[in-house]
Amino acid sequence: MIQDLLSPAVLAGIVYSGIRLATPYLYAALGETIGQLSGVLNLGVEGMMLMGAYAGFYLTYRTGDPWLGLLAAILMGAILGLANALITVTFRAEQGISGIGVFLFGLGMSELLFQKTLGSVATVSGFPPIRLPFLGDLPVVGDLLFNHNLMVYAAYLLVPLVWLVLNRTTWGLKIKSAGQNPAAADALGVSITRVRYATVTVGGILASVAGASLSIALLNVFQQNLTSGMGFIAVALVYFGGWSPLGALAGSLLFSTVNALQNWIQVLGIPIAPDFALMLPYVLTILMLVVPFRKARQPAALTKPFERGEG
Amino acid sequence: MGKTSRFLSPTWLAILTPLAAVVAALAVGALLLLALGVDPVAAYASMFQGAFGSLNSVADTLVKATPLLLVGVGICIAFRGGMLNIGGEGQLIVGGLAATAAVLALRAWPAWALIPVGLALGFLAGAAWGAVPGVLKARLQVNEILTTIMMNAIAIQALNYLLRGPLMDPEQVSKGSFIPQTARFTLAADLPRLVPTRLHAGFLLAVIVAILAWVLLWRTTIGFRIRAVGLNPFASRRAGMRVSRYGILAMVLSGALAGLAGAVQVMGVNHRMFTDGSSAGFTGAAGFNGIVAALFGLLHPIGTIPAAVFFGGLIVGANAMQRAMQIPSAMITALNGLLVIFVVSSDIWRRRMVQRQQKAEVASALGAASGAEQAAPT
Repeated sequence: MIQDLLSPAVLAGIVYSGIRLATPYLYAALGETIGQLSGVLNLGVEGMMLMGAYAGFYLTYRTGDPWLGLLAAILMGAILGLANALITVTFRAEQGISGIGVFLFGLGMSELLFQKTLGSVATVSGFPPIRLPFLGDLPVVGDLLFNHNLMVYAAYLLVPLVWLVLNRTTWGLKIKSAGQNPAAADALGVSITRVRYATVTVGGILASVAGASLSIALLNVFQQNLTSGMGFIAVALVYFGGWSPLGALAGSLLFSTVNALQNWIQVLGIPIAPDFALMLPYVLTILMLVVPFRKARQPAALTKPFERGEG
Repeated sequence: MGKTSRFLSPTWLAILTPLAAVVAALAVGALLLLALGVDPVAAYASMFQGAFGSLNSVADTLVKATPLLLVGVGICIAFRGGMLNIGGEGQLIVGGLAATAAVLALRAWPAWALIPVGLALGFLAGAAWGAVPGVLKARLQVNEILTTIMMNAIAIQALNYLLRGPLMDPEQVSKGSFIPQTARFTLAADLPRLVPTRLHAGFLLAVIVAILAWVLLWRTTIGFRIRAVGLNPFASRRAGMRVSRYGILAMVLSGALAGLAGAVQVMGVNHRMFTDGSSAGFTGAAGFNGIVAALFGLLHPIGTIPAAVFFGGLIVGANAMQRAMQIPSAMITALNGLLVIFVVSSDIWRRRMVQRQQKAEVASALGAASGAEQAAPT
């Protein structure tokens, strides 16, 4: 049985689903990276993912068009992101706790909406896999890397995009200055409020899209607590990745591969109690926090609301 | 100071702001109820009736308040020590499991020995579960919010494993029904009842613990150091305190109280351990709601007592409302989330008022010092 894990077919399966399942972690972790770099911790990612997953699923289910579902998720994310900016930037709430509030709200609200508008678990067809021309025809690699759906490709394309914005644009500089030394940035004419509203809203959109990637591109279902902790893990991946998009990519891939491995362990009937297999991702997360991919200091002003004239 | 400032003194405002936040959350809840086609007045009336309408409902409210109070007091200690403990759920579970294992193993023991041992083991298990994130944070700067959340998930899987395996009721196995729960405890393990209702001695214990926590934090050197470390770790280090030691201690105590809450819950309410696969099945989300109670109690152990009773009432009332009006329990979860958001968001007004008052005091002190008679410029 253990040797089954090493057969080429199973290994290929693990790699394929590892690449696929990294998608929601990527969206959520990239959004969280941007927010944290500007100095705001969003602990409510899990709740936002659930709301996005519901919004995307509902519209796709009603219209049959996953594009409309994606649009709904983006709108939902923008609303939740703006609300979160209001809470954390304008009202200067304690972010570790307000995030738990956002989580509980999303958990309850998505379930309530699900019960009232859908009632029972259904499926949608979602975004279909697209075999890329030429690349998709390559032996082995073509199947593993270039035969995924649009939301998977977009998640990976987002990594260099976010990297460019953060490291090669004035915008990126403003974001990082808001997270490192908001007083100095403010003195130089950067509006900390505007920067943080933007990053927290983008973070909300990406968290919501992360949820939708589950409900309309990967699993194509919605159910109560669909994300089961993925949002919290995505936050942990940001620490693991040392606040860099590449780190987030590494963390997402490592994590999804271990998840895929754990699924195959169960599929192959390897005698490990399923409870222990389910425990694995969370133990791994703690280990990843202890031994990060990139040693980096967290943004100096992380979780600290900014007010002019305060030291 | 003038008349308005006496009314709006920080203490008053500190109590009024969270109350206003609750009213606001309930108002949003009323809109939600309207959207669901339910009369909000009738719904809230059934809620109040369910929570405080009779002796039995008051007793149920206090029973629900018990874990909230213990967890909440732990949250206060952790928060004062600069730690955010989101791991109440996991700590409750391991506390409940440890007490369960002890009580099941010591079937022949009398109550006077069994109850303290069960409670102590719950306390210790919760302490151990809190120690892991505490040590990781204090020694390796690993974010404690995230580790406590992960420890919750690990505790749930451990609970599921134990109740489907080693701890399962032998009767469930022999009957072949395999419901994941333990055997019922011996009667000796039941916490004594206070009045002829479901109210058990655990509530009294929780109130005593809250008072002890206040004494610890504000009347002992250890407590002073915990608060100092939480307020300013750099200054505390300069003053010769071992910062990481007191941070760990705050987290250990916080976990221990949640673990004690788990032990009280199994020995006082359920009399057996069970699981529905999720954490809320056993804890009733007290690990999260305890945070709300602590916030509402202004992160002060004594303030957490009425706050926990209030939220206990909210939960019992919500259950009653759910039964009377067929409202999905998910709405209560969502409402709880809004409540947390509103309470932490409204804190800004209290802080502003405190700042303004301090500025005025400094100004008047300066005015007095410079010999100006009627001074106090704003």
